[in-house]
Amino acid sequence: MINITLNGDPHKVENGQSLFDLLQHLKLDPKKVAVERNLEIVPKSTYQDIKLKEADKLEIVHFIGGGKTL
Amino acid sequence: MNNDSFNIAGTDFSSRLIVGTGKYKDFEETARAVEASGAEIVTVAVRRVNIMDPNQPMLVDYLDPKKYTYLPNTAGCFTADDAIRTLRLAREAGGWNLVKLEVLGDQKTLYPNMVETLHAAEVLLKEDFDVMVYCSDDPIMAQKLEEMGCCAIMPLGAPIGSGLGIQNPVQIRLIVEQAKVPVLVDAGVGTASDAAVAMELGCDGVLMNTAIAEAKDPIAMATAMNFAVQAGRAAYFAGRMPKKLYADPSSPLGGLI
Repeated sequence: MINITLNGDPHKVENGQSLFDLLQHLKLDPKKVAVERNLEIVPKSTYQDIKLKEADKLEIVHFIGGGKTL
Repeated sequence: MNNDSFNIAGTDFSSRLIVGTGKYKDFEETARAVEASGAEIVTVAVRRVNIMDPNQPMLVDYLDPKKYTYLPNTAGCFTADDAIRTLRLAREAGGWNLVKLEVLGDQKTLYPNMVETLHAAEVLLKEDFDVMVYCSDDPIMAQKLEEMGCCAIMPLGAPIGSGLGIQNPVQIRLIVEQAKVPVLVDAGVGTASDAAVAMELGCDGVLMNTAIAEAKDPIAMATAMNFAVQAGRAAYFAGRMPKKLYADPSSPLGGLI
């Protein structure tokens, strides 16, 4: 297992797990989210190819209701 | 007035009302209010997904992104870097370039921080985003943002969420007169007459959230705003009568008994 930071919290994943596998494991629809890895946007087309590494920092976001400030 | 559409970054829109999707009781109410408002563009926020509960309802399940233009905004960002990061993620999540940039100055006033806004706009425009920009009501700033390439200028009419109405008609009018891109009042509208005032000043549109979401009956207020924006636009074209200091009878005085 390796340690990553997922949306600000510590998280453990299998060594060599792909980002795509992680999203599946979290039951998140890749079409509805966007991922930032170590401050870089990850293009949706590369989710399968991205292997997670120790100390990776992931942000997984989606659209929510919002107008001005929340 | 027929076919009075306006164009933002190459797309024609017939509704001049843009509504936010925050502060509603639930997604059901959000969807009904948006429907009643007649809006074609809705602003949305970008936030972390809830890892613990991925099955929570999602906005996209209630407001079809194919039917409505999602306008990701950076509400809640206080630095250029945060705003840029947020919009890059938004573009990847949704796959569209049209965004609303908003960089706030402080918690108390939620006034735009124009220094950070200019910096963020520059970076985003270089990355081919179509940037609609929330800004102060300073005509010089508005012009600068337009020259940089922003596709819509959105000055505030009053502080965000204040519902005070258009406090700065002179500045808004100055911005409208000089701009060659759409000008929309963004923030400050409290009730229907405020939206009409913005449109009578010649604005191309109005963006609001709280005025609808925090009305006692949000759906009814959404309908009222829909009418108000259309009425204000029609009055702008009709051309109002001149203001006078003294009375002027509307019935002829000749032939009085």
